[in-house]
Amino acid sequence: MIAYIVRRILHALPILIGVNLITFALFFVVNTPDDMARMQLGVKRVTPDAIAKWKADRGYDKPLLWNEQAQGSARLTDTIFFRKSVRLFVFDFGRADDGRDIAREITTRMGPSLAIALPTFLLGLYVTVSFALLLVLFRATYFDLWGVVLCVAMMSISSLFYIIGGQYLVSKVWNLVPISGYAEGPDALRFLILPVVISIVGGVGSSTRWYRTIFLEEIGKDYVRTARAKGLGETVVLFRHVLRNALIPILTGVVVVVPLLFMGSLITESFFGIPGLGSDTIDAINAQDFAVVRSMVFLGSVLYIVGLLLTDISYTLVDPRVRFE
Amino acid sequence: MRAHGRLLLIWLVTTLATACGQTWNDPYAAADSGANILYSAFTDRPKHLDPVQSYSEDEAGFNAQIYEPPLQYHYLKRPYTLVPLTAADVPKPVFTDAQGHPVAEDSPRLAFSVFQISIKPGIRYQPHPALAVDGAGKPVYPTLSPEALRGIHAMKDFRHTGTRELVADDYAYQIKRLAHPRLHSPIFGLMSEYIVGLRELAETLRAEDRRMTEQGRAGEWLDLAQYALDGVEVVDRYTYRLRVKGRYRQFPYWLAMSFFAPVPREVDRFHAQPGMAEKNLTLDWYPVGTGPYMLTENNPNSRMVLERNPNFRGETYPSEGQPEDRAGGLLADVGKPLPFIDKVVFTREKEGIPYWNKFQQGYYDASGIASDNFDQAVRISVEGDANVTPDMEKKGIRVETSVATATRYFAFNWLDPVVGGDSERARKLRQAVSVALDWEEFISIFANGRGIAAQGPVAPGIFGHREGREGINAQVYEWENGRPRRKPIAEARRLLAEAGYPGGRDAASGEPLVLYLDTTDRGPGDKSRLDWYRKQFSALGVQLEIRGTDYNRFQDKVRKGAAQMFVWGWNADYPDPENFLFLFQGSQSRARFQGENAANYSNPEFDRLFEQMKHMENGPQRQALIDRMVAILQHDAPWSFGYHPKDYSLRHEWTGNVKPNQMARNGVKYQKIDVDLRTRRRAEWNQPVLWPLAGLALLLVAAVWPLLRSWRRREAMTAT
Repeated sequence: MIAYIVRRILHALPILIGVNLITFALFFVVNTPDDMARMQLGVKRVTPDAIAKWKADRGYDKPLLWNEQAQGSARLTDTIFFRKSVRLFVFDFGRADDGRDIAREITTRMGPSLAIALPTFLLGLYVTVSFALLLVLFRATYFDLWGVVLCVAMMSISSLFYIIGGQYLVSKVWNLVPISGYAEGPDALRFLILPVVISIVGGVGSSTRWYRTIFLEEIGKDYVRTARAKGLGETVVLFRHVLRNALIPILTGVVVVVPLLFMGSLITESFFGIPGLGSDTIDAINAQDFAVVRSMVFLGSVLYIVGLLLTDISYTLVDPRVRFE
Repeated sequence: MRAHGRLLLIWLVTTLATACGQTWNDPYAAADSGANILYSAFTDRPKHLDPVQSYSEDEAGFNAQIYEPPLQYHYLKRPYTLVPLTAADVPKPVFTDAQGHPVAEDSPRLAFSVFQISIKPGIRYQPHPALAVDGAGKPVYPTLSPEALRGIHAMKDFRHTGTRELVADDYAYQIKRLAHPRLHSPIFGLMSEYIVGLRELAETLRAEDRRMTEQGRAGEWLDLAQYALDGVEVVDRYTYRLRVKGRYRQFPYWLAMSFFAPVPREVDRFHAQPGMAEKNLTLDWYPVGTGPYMLTENNPNSRMVLERNPNFRGETYPSEGQPEDRAGGLLADVGKPLPFIDKVVFTREKEGIPYWNKFQQGYYDASGIASDNFDQAVRISVEGDANVTPDMEKKGIRVETSVATATRYFAFNWLDPVVGGDSERARKLRQAVSVALDWEEFISIFANGRGIAAQGPVAPGIFGHREGREGINAQVYEWENGRPRRKPIAEARRLLAEAGYPGGRDAASGEPLVLYLDTTDRGPGDKSRLDWYRKQFSALGVQLEIRGTDYNRFQDKVRKGAAQMFVWGWNADYPDPENFLFLFQGSQSRARFQGENAANYSNPEFDRLFEQMKHMENGPQRQALIDRMVAILQHDAPWSFGYHPKDYSLRHEWTGNVKPNQMARNGVKYQKIDVDLRTRRRAEWNQPVLWPLAGLALLLVAAVWPLLRSWRRREAMTAT
């Protein structure tokens, strides 16, 4: 298993370099270092000297990918790409273009992101799997029919509608919880209830339909017929046998997103005033802060690779036939 | 299942316990209920709080409450008037020749203007660890080791704090910081043209910084007190002199900005210690001032908190104002010590909808008005007066309006071969477009009426702006029934024909005239605005091509003089006509000199008059000169003067002493809150409605019950 993990980590290195290169190319196709300097320095009374100084201070006065003026390996290393990328591989994120320490920012913001993403993920999984199992339990009944109709209707509605409608109804009309905001400690609960509920409700439609399909596929298999033949009740069949055997496709979609929970949610965090990593990424893109953008993309890639690795490991746990080969 | 139920119960109990004693949707801590706190919001996180770097309006909302430059704007008086803040008086310049001998203002030997500033004694800084000293008077935190910094993550984690008196040296130190090689002061370029020796100091400091880097001491503290700045002389403990090249009548306005606020040398040294920047323990993150408030919580992702500075000296509420201020209750607190409010909580609201809803619930004391909410909040009467809607009125919400000291304009690039230049053909074309662009309609459609069509560049409320008949742009307007009326489109067509484009076609070639508007408006929401521009040009028979581009490319084109026409704006730095008219100065050309003249307008006569006007005192002579300059601009039409925006803000009835001030950003200290009234109103407006919860529970039971019965029946069938 360790050899497998090491091999996967080694495979990840070129992927991360590739992701970095693509992020770099996309960012600098749209923005130039001069644009970044102007964005940071403002639009009033910005002199060419000030722009040159800003770029020099932050290392954006170098060529992007290839330094013709340099000699030997410095042609590659004395460039913006190399200088801004290489330290990421030891998780040294450096400073944002406005001077903030990025590592500190990530550790500070990860908590609020997780506070909203983790309950949403766990409760959402619980609710959608349960609902899907219920639909399967009552398959080919009116409950199943209207349940699927409801799911299709729910997945057809934009998540923004759930957020704005939920805030209006629950917080503005019924005055039950704060519309937006965040607090540390137990007081955070008051702020998290609404976004968590809305995120779960917004995701119920598509997830339930997906899980229902998986369970329906399982329920037609021979082992289910055998279980029924030996006199097991439908509930036992579903919850003990079908659920366990359906875990592989469920895990494929679920475990991979677990590490990405740290990255937060872009829209939900913005609307609910949750100071997480998702809203920081949006801010960085708007502010053309390359240092933060590359750090967040890199971190997201690392976490995604970790998620894929965890998914593979989880297969071996739920299905003894799967081996690390 | 039992464990899950227990978790849910704990959740609910905790939530209800937390909410106990306050309205359920109250976003603030229960402990703050009933406290004398002003609640406000901010959208964009401040980039800089270091007074030498900070230049944006958002940042000024924080810094102006903390830092105290020598001067400030009178809160109530109009036109905007400079008054002392920490200074004893508003300094008057003394003019000298190159040798330092006094000369008359109009002397050809005049070389320098000297401003002597005396600060009031007894002003003290907020408590701060950089100012903490031990029994022997030595700093408590002179050299912090990595171990000492280990448990410190914010300024409040330092056990010891101290204070000291504000002295003239602190102002001198800050002025030197404008030239600091590791800081980026946006006004360094401008100030280095005026403050004697600032440019030379910057070069010296840059060389020293390079030397330190070469010696492996990069990032070490650069003690500015060791370097002389010729233009700044500390006369005694409370007095300093600023020597400025030539005459610069507008210089005192800069002394009301945080660029010229004091920074103690100890604070600079404290923050330069190794390991501080990695923890964001910088002056850019934790401002240190003598003002009425101090920043006690800086979490720009979520909220920022200002609390009363316990060492604030006790400035009092102004005793003078405008005649209407007494009737408006703005002079009821004359002579009372400031500030009235103990704490200001700024919460970050990135989206407009939650902000607006929370204001309506009473959780923000004031709010701006987004276009989407305008009709819900404000009604404009036939006379043009703004009033709140009956719903808002019922809640006691008031609307305050003020014309911004700003202008939005449609620029013609003077370097463009078609619309630019001094030829009669191009001038008539610009004049025709100026007549055709119906800014009154634009303001009505796209700004909810929040603006005044501009007759010239100088905004209302600034000396030089003319109201009434004598102020109209005669090229574009006629005076009719006591108000300006835009000339008919026929007049625009006539001008276009005279320009050589009858019916929108080039008379010589017969080719249709195609003009190009560069804009960053590209989204679906911008379509109506772009269609409006097309419609205005098509009324002349001219085709308008919209060149939508991202902001970076747009700026780049303007900078290179490659954009033919574009829409731009300017917010005044200070209330002087010079700050508007310099936007047309030839030496400020954006394409040629990277200045602020984005249209690249060039007119030697205008430049000559500008140099005269710039140095004059406000008075009839200066007004006459401004009139001539504005007439030149109206004739040459390098801009189609767009409009001066009108700011609308809503306030709850429990706020007091609020008067919009476009120049002063330090107004929080004058404001007050009726906390009891706010608490009552919030309780009234935010009673929780519980029936939906009961309804939801019933619905669940109604849905689950038949399922349960059906399941039991099926289970029983299986068993048989």
